[in-house]
Formats: sequence, C-alpha cells, structure tokens
Amino acid sequence: MNRLNILVVDDEMGMRMAVARALESFSVSSPDLDEKVEFNVNQADCGEKALEKLQDKCVDILLLDHKMPGISGLEVLARLADIKCDCLTIMITAYASLETAITATKRGAFDFLAKPFTPEELKAAIRKAAIHLLIQRQARRLAEEKRQVRFQLISVVAHELKAPLGAIEGYLYLLRDRPAGDSWETYEKAVGRSLIRLQGMRKLITDLLDLTRIESGQKKRELTEVDVKELAEMAVETVLPEAEQREITVNLKTDDELIMTADRSEIEIILNNLLTNAVKYNRDGGKVDATITRDDGHIKIEVIDTGIGMTEQEAARLFNDFVRIKNQKTKNILGSGLGLSIVKKIAQLYHGDVAVRSQPDVGSTFTVTLGHTEAEDDDE
Amino acid sequence: MEAKAKTVLLVDDDIDFLTQMQMQLEAAGFEVTTAASQAEAEELLEKMKPDLAIVDLMMENMDGGFVLCHRIKKLDENIPVIMATAVSSETGLEFDRATDDERSWLKADALLTKPVRFEQLMGEIERLTKRAD
Repeated sequence: MNRLNILVVDDEMGMRMAVARALESFSVSSPDLDEKVEFNVNQADCGEKALEKLQDKCVDILLLDHKMPGISGLEVLARLADIKCDCLTIMITAYASLETAITATKRGAFDFLAKPFTPEELKAAIRKAAIHLLIQRQARRLAEEKRQVRFQLISVVAHELKAPLGAIEGYLYLLRDRPAGDSWETYEKAVGRSLIRLQGMRKLITDLLDLTRIESGQKKRELTEVDVKELAEMAVETVLPEAEQREITVNLKTDDELIMTADRSEIEIILNNLLTNAVKYNRDGGKVDATITRDDGHIKIEVIDTGIGMTEQEAARLFNDFVRIKNQKTKNILGSGLGLSIVKKIAQLYHGDVAVRSQPDVGSTFTVTLGHTEAEDDDE
Repeated sequence: MEAKAKTVLLVDDDIDFLTQMQMQLEAAGFEVTTAASQAEAEELLEKMKPDLAIVDLMMENMDGGFVLCHRIKKLDENIPVIMATAVSSETGLEFDRATDDERSWLKADALLTKPVRFEQLMGEIERLTKRAD
C-alpha cells in the first residue's frame, strides 16, 4: 500500500471539506503501478500557510486555489521552485481564464480543475496526477539504480586492472634494481609472471568489450546462416594446444546439420568460453566431451569436463558479472570473472539459457540452449 | 652478522606478492618459507618455528591473518609478526594498533598497508628484530 499526501489550499472551508470527504476512501490502482494508492488530505486556508506546509516537503499533490486573500495561487506556484518541492500541482480556477491557465502552466502546474467540480471530476484529476507522479518516481529510481550499477562496474573493473598492474610494476622494479645479483636466471620467474598477468589483463579487456557490445547494442548484430558445427570445430582447434600440453582429450560430437540464424561472433564467444573453461578448470590427463545437437528447434550445446567442479552454492553465483569462484583449487587459474556472464547474456538474446550441474572434484556439465533470435528494434 | 640466517614465514594468497617479497628477502640474507593460504601456513607451523612472520589478512577466510597471528604468538610470544593488508582500501574496514584495546586483540606487532614498499618492510623488520634480540 502506498499513501500520497494531498494538500488542499483554498480560503473556502466548504471547499476544503468537500475535497477531504471525496478523497477519504478513494484509492487508485493501475496496471502501471505496483500497488494500490490511497490518500491523506491536509488543508491550508491561505497561500502563506500552504508555503509553510510545503517547506516540510511531505506534499505529493497540491490542490491550489488561485483567488485567495493574501498571496495568490499563482504566487504560491512561483515560489514552489525555490522550495524544490517534488509535488504535482492541480490549479483550481473559478473563472477559467486563459491567461491564468497559461501562466500557471508556465510555472509548472500539472492540471486544472474548473470550479465548480463534481467529486468524480476531482477523483479523475487526482487519479491522473497520482499515476503520473508514481511512474515518474519509479523511472527516477530505476535511473538511479542503473547509475549505481554503472559506478559499481567501473570500480570493480578499476580494481581488477589495478591488481595485475601492481604486480607487473613490482616485477619491473625487481628487474631494474636487481637485488638478487645480475644473473639473468634469477629473474626469469619475474618475466614469466609479468607475462601471465598481462595476458589476464588482455582477457579482461576483451571480455569487457564483448560485454559492452552485447549490453549497449551499439554494434549492429549481423544475423546470417551460421554453421554451428564448423564454429565448434574451430573452437576445439583453439583450445587444443593447452589441452595437449596438459594431456587433456577433447572430443566433439555434433549432428550433421546445425545451421541456425545467428550472429557468428556471438556463437563463437559462447563456444570459446565453454571450451576454454572446460580445459582450464580440468585436471591434467582429464577429458572434455562437447556435444551439440538440434532438439525441438533449439540448438543444445553440452560441455562436460572432468575438472575441479564446484559446490551448489558456488554454482548458484557463477553466471553473475565478475564472479570468480575463489578457493585453493582455482587460485592459480586466471580469469576475468566475465566469461560465463557473457555466455548467459548471449544465450538470452536467443531466448535460451545456460545451466550447470557440478560435483566437486568430479567435474561440471554446462548446457547452453539457443533458440530463435531477432534483430533488435531500432527504437531501443 | 649472525652465523645462521634468520627464517621468515611469508604468508599471502597473492602469488606475485609472495614471489617478489621472497626474492628481495632472500637477497637481504633471510631464509624464506612461503605459504599461499592460511591452511598451508598452519601446516608449516606444526613443523617450524620461524624467527619472523609476515602474514596477509584476507585469504581463504576473511580473518585468516588474525588467526595466524594468534597461532604464531601461542607458539612463541617473541616471534615478531607483521601484517600486510589491503583491507582498508578494499573494504573500507579500518583498524589500527593505536589503542590498548586494539593491541589486545590484534596480535600483530606491525601493520603495513599494501602495496608494501620493500624498504618499508625492511624498516619494520629491523625495528622488530632489534627489539627481539
């Protein structure tokens, strides 16, 4: 339940009472609003008192008479801007003069009620104002949340980039100052680690670019007929060097006909991420089984590894931005923490999803389903 | 100079911090044993008694460093412990050794904020080992 505060400003007591009575048990609901809205009615018998009450900033809708002894409704309206009051004003005008209406609108009035009005006319005006106000506030809240998420992302990215930079900087100082003598072999590890941290930074940056590309929709997606089988074979080729080095077998089984309408680079990202992970988090001498089938109009990609696996709690967090499962087993494996959240976001563009089943020290099975995708609307 | 090199137990889950500090400490004449986790350090402490320990705060557990400090001090009250941490810049959490109250639960003899410059670390080591000798 939501309550909005209405302030009725009119020098006629009868008028104020009538408004209070009409709105006493009035409520507004609309498909645009989360919850039903009811009203509290406050009163002021002149402009001066109205301004006092408005100072407290707990007025949502102002019902404002124009002709009053003392300062007029239009003057109240003019001073509202100074108080920075976040309320909507409905002007009550006895003689609907065009001039008053224009001035009032210029000063930010939302609506007009011409005296005399029926309770139904009053309720209709209040309803309109309440819905407008709440939708406006909802939009503002969403915009603020979006801003916060963006700040958070920037701060996480900055942190994730700062850490490897600090490490590389440390190694460079070691190489410059050579505290352990001039023998080159002593510092080989420093160079090796620096290169590894640089690769990590590069991966983070490419992943970030992929992510912004997907989320901003700035780059046009190029939907063509894509052969998923061919892309899968290429992705396997990419991971083979690392797999062979660690004696991990990679098997790929696919249906013969796997053509779908898709953006080629998006499907590449999904396949590369899943296969790279399956090798990266595997044990030496392990196995990766990738199966791609067409199932009821969907393309189903399943990648099974014999790696370190993870607990249910870890799996539940896995597809969020910047989540990396940190434990003894993963501490020497580099990752940006973005790969799987990117996979999930792309899958959603295809009305699909990604799921994981996993058991610690046994392995994980990742399943991505891809359905139909549309080019995005131009107005979005 | 003493005949026998002093042993340092260096505990941090950041492998680059370990590598860099180890290299410099060894160059400065220490014998360095590293552990990349609280668990690994606890295992080592069953078998060894270092002359000095440098521990990170947050490893696999949020308070790993605090626990290790207690462990080491229980082993021998006189082993100097330096805690190196980035915790205040990462979490906004602040703690210090300024008051008696803080000193009573924080068993480290010195606190260093990461990134740690090696000269700074050496300064602390000299101060603490001189006191211990």
